[in-house]
Amino acid sequence: MSMQLEQSPTTGDEVITNYTINFGPQHPAAHGVLRMVMELDGEIIERIDPHVGLLHRGTEKLIEHKTYLQALPYFDRLDYCSPLCMEHSYVLAIEKLLNLEVPVRAQYLRVLFAELTRICNHMLNLGSHVMDVGAMTPNLWLFEIREDCLNFFERASGARMHAAWYRPGGVHQDVPLKLLTDIADWLDTRLPRLFEDAMSLVIDNRIFKQRNVDIAVVSKADAIAWGFSGPMIRAAGIPWDLRKSQPYDVYDRMDFEIPVGTASDCYDRFMVRVEEVRQSARIMKQCLAEMPEGPVSSTDRKVVPPKRGEMKQSMEALIHHFKLYTEGFHVPAGEVYVATESPKGEFGVYLVSDGSNKPYRCKIRPTAFSHLQAMDFMSKGHMLPDATAILGAIDVVFGECDR
Amino acid sequence: MSIAHLIKSFTLWEFVKAHALTLKYFFKPKATINYPFEKNPLSPRFRGEHALRRYPNGEERCIACKLCEAVCPAQAITIESEPREDGSRRTTRYDIDMTKCIFCGFCQEACPVDAIVEGPNFEYATETREELLYDKAKLLANGDKWERALAANLEADAPYR
Repeated sequence: MSMQLEQSPTTGDEVITNYTINFGPQHPAAHGVLRMVMELDGEIIERIDPHVGLLHRGTEKLIEHKTYLQALPYFDRLDYCSPLCMEHSYVLAIEKLLNLEVPVRAQYLRVLFAELTRICNHMLNLGSHVMDVGAMTPNLWLFEIREDCLNFFERASGARMHAAWYRPGGVHQDVPLKLLTDIADWLDTRLPRLFEDAMSLVIDNRIFKQRNVDIAVVSKADAIAWGFSGPMIRAAGIPWDLRKSQPYDVYDRMDFEIPVGTASDCYDRFMVRVEEVRQSARIMKQCLAEMPEGPVSSTDRKVVPPKRGEMKQSMEALIHHFKLYTEGFHVPAGEVYVATESPKGEFGVYLVSDGSNKPYRCKIRPTAFSHLQAMDFMSKGHMLPDATAILGAIDVVFGECDR
Repeated sequence: MSIAHLIKSFTLWEFVKAHALTLKYFFKPKATINYPFEKNPLSPRFRGEHALRRYPNGEERCIACKLCEAVCPAQAITIESEPREDGSRRTTRYDIDMTKCIFCGFCQEACPVDAIVEGPNFEYATETREELLYDKAKLLANGDKWERALAANLEADAPYR
C-alpha cells in the first residue's frame, strides 16, 4: 500500500489516488444498458472496462427452438434501431441454404428498405451523438426524418419498428400503391432540406469540433486488428463495405460511393455517417427508378405460403398454408455464414441446419461487440466527457451487442 | 489561415448562421401533434390490439384450427376446443397473453378464416398486469367494437394479401 502511495501523483501535500466510477447502466449517455467501470486519474481516463450482458435475452438459444419463420421477428429485436437490416442477413442465410431464387422486385424492395433503414438508423445515431456532446436542436430535426421513415415502415409492413417484413424468398407483402411515389417525393424534398439544415448547425461548429476532432484516433492496423467494420473502419480510411466487396441482392447494380475518413477520429466517424445518408438516398432513388414489376416473393410453395385468395380457393394451397404455418419448411443440412452491411457494420448470421425445420445453431455476429472491446484503448488518456463522444461515435445498440 | 477565415472565426460566424436558421425554424409550423386530441394516420396494415371477429350473422369465425397457436413465436395463444351442441367445432377457451405477444402479425397471417386479426387500436394500456391476459370474451368484445374498422382495413389490404 505504501508503495502505491509513493508512486501516486501528488499536488503539494495532497496525495491523489486513482478512483473508480460506474458509467451506467442507468446513464442516458450510455446508449442503453452499458455499464462501464472507469478508472480515473482526476478527469483523465486510465482504464475502461465495459460490462456487457445486461440486455442478454438468449436470442440465439431461443432461435434453436423456433421454426425458421418464427425466428424472424427475433431479428427485429436485435438492433432495434435498424430492424430490417437485421432481418436481411437472416433471410439471405436461409435463402443460401435453400438455394432459393428471389424475384427481382423483392430484391429491389429489400435494397430500398435496407437503405431507408440505414437513413433511419443514422438519424438516431447522428442526433444522439450531437446530443451527447451538448447540442439539442439537430436531434429534434433529425427525429422528424426518423418519424417519416417509421411511417414508411408502418405503411409497408404494419409496424413502425418490428416490421417482420423480409421473408425467406422475398418480402411479406407488396408495398401499397402510393408508398413508392411518396418515398420518392420525400427523398427529393423533405429529407435533403431537413437533413442538410440540421447538419449545417453542427459540422462547422467550433464546439462540436473541439469535442470530436482528434478524439479516439485509431490507426488502420488497429482498426483491422480489432475487427472494426462499417463506418468505424471507413473512418480509418479503409474503403471496406460489404455492399461493394460482396454484393448481395441488387447492390451490384447500384451506383454509389463509399465515403472514407482520413483522421480516424470521432469527427470523421460522424462525417462518414453523414455522407452515407446522402449515398443511401442516392441508392434509394436508383431503386425507385429501376423498380421492376412482378411478384414480391418466391413462388416455391414449399417455402413461401400461397396468397390468401388462392389459399381460400384451392385445396392444395390450403394444405401448403397449413403445413407452412405449423411445421414450417425444412432446410437442407449444411452451414452458412452470411454477412450484410448493416448501418453499424458487418452483421453476420451463421446458421447450421441439420435438415429439420428448426435451425440447429444460429450464431449472430453483432457489430457493436467488436467495437466496444476497443473502447478501452480508444479512451485511454482522454477526458471523462470524451467517453460519451467516443461511445456516440461507435453507435452501440445493446439489443444486438448482448443478443 | 486566410483573412476571410480569420474574420469568420472572430465574428463567431457559424453561430450567427446557426442562430438565424433556428430562428427561421422557430416560426415554422410545429412538427409535434397534440396527442390525445390529434393522432397520426395509421395504415390498414397496422398491427395493434387483437380481436376475434364474427360473421355478419353473429356466428364467431374461429373454428379452432389452432394455426395461430402453432405459429405464435412467443407462445402467447392458448386454445382449447370441443364440438358444440350443433356439432360444429368451436373454441371453449381462447386466451392471448398480451404481455407475451410480440405483435409480429403471424396469427392473422395464419388464420384461414380471418378470425383473429390485429386491429388499429393501440390505446389499451391497463393498470394491472392481469388485465392484459385476454380471454375469449374480451377478444370477441374487441371484435364487435372494432368490426367496422377491421373490415375496412381488411378490404383495403386485400389486393396485397
